[in-house]
Amino acid sequence: MGIELKMPALSPTMEEGTLAKWLVKEGDNVTSGDILAEIETDKATMEFEAVDEGTISKILIPEGTDGVKVGTVIALMGGDGAEASSEALIERPEQPEQKEEPTPPAPAAEPTKPAPKAPTMQATDVPPGTEMKSTTVREALRDAMAEEMRRDERVFVMGEEVAQYQGAYKVTQGLLDEFGAKRVIDTPITEYGFAGIGSGAAMGGLKPIIEFMTFNFAMQAIDHIINSAAKTNYMSGGQMRCPIVFRGPNGAASRVGAQHSQNYGPWYAAVPGLVVIAPYDAADAKGLLKAAIRSEDPVVFLENELLYGQHFDVPVVDEYVLPIGKARIMREGNDVTIVSYSIGVGISLEAAEKLAAEGIDAEVIDLRTLRPLDKQAVLTSLAKTNRLIVVEEGWPTCSISSEIMAICMEEGFDDLDAPVMRVTDEDVPLPYAANLEKMAIIKSDDVVKAAKAVTYR
Amino acid sequence: MAKSARKTAAPAAAPGKTNRERPKEPQRYKASKEELLDFYKQMLLIRRFEERAGQLYGLGLIGGFCHLYIGQEAVAVGLQSAMKVGRDSVITGYRDHGHMLAYGIDPKVIMAELTGRAAGISKGKGGSMHMFSVEHGFYGGHGIVGAQVSLGTGLAFKHQYSGDGGTCLAYFGDGAANQGQVYESFNMAKLWDLPIIYAIENNKYAMGTAVERAASEPEFYKRGESFRIPGIQVDGMDVLAVRGAAEEAMAWTQAGKGPIILELLTYRYRGHSMSDPAKYRTKEEVQDYREHNDPIDHAAAELAKLGFKEEDLKAIDKEIKDIVVEAAKFSEEAPEPEASELYTDVLVESY
Repeated sequence: MGIELKMPALSPTMEEGTLAKWLVKEGDNVTSGDILAEIETDKATMEFEAVDEGTISKILIPEGTDGVKVGTVIALMGGDGAEASSEALIERPEQPEQKEEPTPPAPAAEPTKPAPKAPTMQATDVPPGTEMKSTTVREALRDAMAEEMRRDERVFVMGEEVAQYQGAYKVTQGLLDEFGAKRVIDTPITEYGFAGIGSGAAMGGLKPIIEFMTFNFAMQAIDHIINSAAKTNYMSGGQMRCPIVFRGPNGAASRVGAQHSQNYGPWYAAVPGLVVIAPYDAADAKGLLKAAIRSEDPVVFLENELLYGQHFDVPVVDEYVLPIGKARIMREGNDVTIVSYSIGVGISLEAAEKLAAEGIDAEVIDLRTLRPLDKQAVLTSLAKTNRLIVVEEGWPTCSISSEIMAICMEEGFDDLDAPVMRVTDEDVPLPYAANLEKMAIIKSDDVVKAAKAVTYR
Repeated sequence: MAKSARKTAAPAAAPGKTNRERPKEPQRYKASKEELLDFYKQMLLIRRFEERAGQLYGLGLIGGFCHLYIGQEAVAVGLQSAMKVGRDSVITGYRDHGHMLAYGIDPKVIMAELTGRAAGISKGKGGSMHMFSVEHGFYGGHGIVGAQVSLGTGLAFKHQYSGDGGTCLAYFGDGAANQGQVYESFNMAKLWDLPIIYAIENNKYAMGTAVERAASEPEFYKRGESFRIPGIQVDGMDVLAVRGAAEEAMAWTQAGKGPIILELLTYRYRGHSMSDPAKYRTKEEVQDYREHNDPIDHAAAELAKLGFKEEDLKAIDKEIKDIVVEAAKFSEEAPEPEASELYTDVLVESY
């Protein structure tokens, strides 16, 4: 029996990559440790090593192939020189619609699956007929920063590994080359210090973008975000501003354990004086980051690592700047409203498709901005569907979900035909074990269940 | 064996130390008659202003925390007289009234902020610890101990980034000098050679804790050594010594040599804040400073040497008193903020 060589996952969140180069050919004998191929992702190029001894019997994916899903069989190896059966060739990886990957090495698979693209992904903010470009969230964020840096000399980026390393998650890729070391600044590992330096520079009139490698590390800097940045304008009677963007990945990534997996949306959204944005797709990532950089207020911009590599359509327009504080209807429906933000939107859209198959027509709302919250969008949808659930990749207690529920009670009570329900992560520190982690994080089936409960089906 | 090992280790460490450039020993500033008079007036203004603030606090017109600068006047006046309003920036902690007065900010709007009135410099919404004047390059007024050190380093970053030739003066106390972010800031300031003067006002007590009980290295001017930031210890009760050190420090930052630390040995006569009975030190200690080390008496004696008569100084005293009385009157009579102000200035823009 031959051995299947599968596309490896090179990072906890990698879903696909480019098979850049084969370093072996069919018929070659390899031993453990030999480099078989070079695999490229949007973050890095890595070498793929042989684990077993044997002969390469068949190369299934030619070099230069893009979008090879993790776990796809890329070559066959005869353990004892046996010819591989040609049936193995049938499994081709190209179809992006492919459902569950059968292989275990893709830990990020289920909760991060891009939402079904079809009719729900239309951007509502651009006129029909606008040219669209498929872009990853990562590239969209980079493009937003680059465009704003071209436009305004005062804008600079500061953080750990943002310059020479090109970003720990490659979000700042290419910025150093274009803007130089004066405006793309590597810092020591010192979050409290550089959050303060950024805030001070903003008070002095510059427009800093402070990247946190993840928002988990911003806990060291939260004093400056809240006490220095958020309160200055008020405490000075409007005299001294702090126009700064704090950005970076937020929420659970994949298998990184409790200290690296937390959604800070509710924390920052609780603070007057801050603007808090948590986009879902690439168009919003770009349009809202541009708006955040232009804002005269301090903005906490919460990204999601699992979304960085996902492709979405981004309108090809010169100035794609979206309004802050406006929610967006991602999918229209009449039976139940699903309110979410960030990665929860993808899960909600997936659930909406499942619900549609069962005859429940769900409306999905992406809050996009957590502070100021677009209450009206929520209440308007509630008035239409009379049933509402909130989907949040984060803890339930004192959450955005709690806030939406309070708003529905206070201002939408007469429109409610069922109690508002929330679908959130379990109220525990995020566990490492794959099965426990999966249990702890929201899934589309949980959303389906909640939607059925509020529609009494 | 141990001996010879030490012998070889010593020269290896030495070159870095000896080759590193250090600022010159500062000279006591040679002030002209007019300058010295001006320093005297400014210090007296701070003293009288603070005394009056203490009274207003006692009357219930000032609330919350109120930290007086009495005793430390020579530091603010000596340092800030070397700064250029419009080019340089100043940032400090919560003991900020004196630093504002030394930058020529109107005592009326400061006192009105202390009483929480609409005419206050922060519209009455900041209070004693949170006052700012962007116009003067005075960036606060920060209530979190040590925050101004990182923020000030950010202002220095701005001076360098925009090439405006400015230097940031960041004040903090012996208490704040033990905060972690101070050292994060030192590291980056030297790494990038930012133009900043770290002015450590060592008034010997962090609230009620004596320096010796809180600092493993109580000589704060040495605190930058492991970051290659030079430091100078200065008599903070002598305005001319302070000004002399400021000259040296400004020359250092202006030459692009990066940050520098000044440790100013000073003393606060009053408690940490109005609510502090100051039981942690003896009356004699305070009395000793007042009688033998007072910065204002010191300057008055210098003025006498230059030919100023007692009645000249009395006239100045009266002039200053009038300014403070007027400021206090203004701050008591000015109306409180409109109720609508509650909701303004939370965000700059509307979304």
